[in-house]
Amino acid sequence: MALIELSGIERRFQLGDTTVNALAGVNLRIDSGEYVAVMGPSGSGKSTLLNLLGLLDRPDAGSYRLENRDVTTLTADEQARVRSTRIGFVFQSFHLVPRLTAAENIALPMTLAGIAPAERERRVALALQSFGLEHRADHKPDQLSGGQRQRVAIARATIMQPPLILADEPTGNLDRHTGEEVVNLLEALNAQGVTLVVVTHDPGMGERARRRLVMEDGRLKFDSANAAG
Amino acid sequence: MRPADILRFARDAATGYPLRTTLSVLAMAIGVAAVVLLTALGDGARRYVVGQFSSLGTNLVIVLPGRTGTGGFNPATAITSTPRDLTIADAQALLRAPAVRRVGPLAVGTSEISAGGRLREVMVAGANRDFFAIRNFELAQGEALPDDDWQRAAPVAVIGAKVQEELFGREPALGRLVRVGDRRLRVIGVLRPTGQGLGMNTDELVVVPVALAQAMFNANTLFRILVEARSREAIPAASTQVLELLKQRHRGEEDVTVITQDAVLATFDKLLGALTLAVAGIAAISLAVAGILVMNVMLVAVTQRTGEIGLLKALGAPARTIRLAFLAEAAMLSASGALVGYLLGEAGAFLLRRLFPVFPAYPPDWAVIAGLVTALSTGLLFGFLPARRAARLDPVQALMKH
Repeated sequence: MALIELSGIERRFQLGDTTVNALAGVNLRIDSGEYVAVMGPSGSGKSTLLNLLGLLDRPDAGSYRLENRDVTTLTADEQARVRSTRIGFVFQSFHLVPRLTAAENIALPMTLAGIAPAERERRVALALQSFGLEHRADHKPDQLSGGQRQRVAIARATIMQPPLILADEPTGNLDRHTGEEVVNLLEALNAQGVTLVVVTHDPGMGERARRRLVMEDGRLKFDSANAAG
Repeated sequence: MRPADILRFARDAATGYPLRTTLSVLAMAIGVAAVVLLTALGDGARRYVVGQFSSLGTNLVIVLPGRTGTGGFNPATAITSTPRDLTIADAQALLRAPAVRRVGPLAVGTSEISAGGRLREVMVAGANRDFFAIRNFELAQGEALPDDDWQRAAPVAVIGAKVQEELFGREPALGRLVRVGDRRLRVIGVLRPTGQGLGMNTDELVVVPVALAQAMFNANTLFRILVEARSREAIPAASTQVLELLKQRHRGEEDVTVITQDAVLATFDKLLGALTLAVAGIAAISLAVAGILVMNVMLVAVTQRTGEIGLLKALGAPARTIRLAFLAEAAMLSASGALVGYLLGEAGAFLLRRLFPVFPAYPPDWAVIAGLVTALSTGLLFGFLPARRAARLDPVQALMKH
């Protein structure tokens, strides 16, 4: 079943008096439960693609269907609701709120969605346990190691139980060993049925994905699904 | 997002940057404290003056010789330019007016008083017994002037507390003879000390029968006639009756001025009320400045927390939630500033009252409410722009700034 269907996606940026085609004629279909790595040199459009998939950005042309629903025509608030319930983000620089504790950071999407405090507590306790953060619940981000921070960020991304997780260089700020742990965590989530799209520079990490996309100059240059077929 | 969560989020955001929060709370506090304290001063002055005027006597109507005020051109006054004097007979005639309870004639002059070789200059008031009741003069010893014919110049005097002390020291003054000008008078009463008030200082006053004063100063005119109306409601009636009576006695010429205490009070009340309002207006400017500071602080907060705003958007916060969170933070800053300022202002007013007990420096309720409301609304008003800016940030751009 198709989770994501992109057809004829164009995204142009105006840089001074030159127009940059960040995405040009991208067609892509990602099925539910897939594990996709997006690779390519800097400026090839992978981050723009990820922002588009995450509804943080709108395409200039083309259509994006998420779970068989055209999401490009939604209003900003409707898109926010889709992000809240259907999409989890994991960022390279973690993006934790410095003044909130680990538990509060994990609970943030639920707080924003207006979920009752009791239910929040229950789910945060569960998440802390499954990500091995029980003893770090009341720590502020600056009291956590890089790996712990990214685990908090992943816990936050999954707390609303979204079917899609988008990760932008999730291991970019981590050493090899901790990066490995984080990748294992993401892969475990994928094993439970969550669709995982990872943007990465790291060929090692790309190799682990079941499907690899390589981008260049805003176009899909290689798709392992097509190459195999 | 639940309201309680928005408030908690805003509170954590405010306390997360203690210095900038403290500074903006302080600015708002100074503004509100200025409003509270300055209006307490202005209103205290108003109360003080009104209180002093009320102590002159109640239901008072005062008659002055001569026509002042806006009478317009009057052919009668054009021909006879010198006003007729007010006489003791005029004063006595006023007792016939139905709305009048008491009449106190007043003639004044300065003279020397001496006793036992000590001598000093005093103000001499010629009056009658009712004058004491009208002016609320209280006696420490002895009694007021005798209640006999106003035209009779009995050789008696009632002296002020300070005059008694300076002439007689600790010795009893009652029954002693004093020399006032070229007359020898017997002291029959001593006034209770009152301290400085509006009008005459009764501590340094010598009161003698009005006929005696006129004889001493070789005049048959009165300085004032104090009239007490039967009640507060009777003041306008008393004032017209008095004017009518004197006009008749002066051959139809309106050559006196009748002022009521209420009118004087109302004028002072209005004047000082306006002053308080002006002072409050000036203080309100500092509130506007504090509001702009809150806006500045919130704009800095939006810039500082751009990454966080991007994150909130990515996590599915609609624009409204982000706007509310920043507005709530601005409201909190100004609300706590207003509260601190109110307490500071009240404390300042309390200190003023302790230092100057005669000065009733209480901030008026309207000023306190207006100050607090202005503080809150400027905070919200100036918080609106930063909140809107935060809500409009592009999430992709915002997330890149971290």
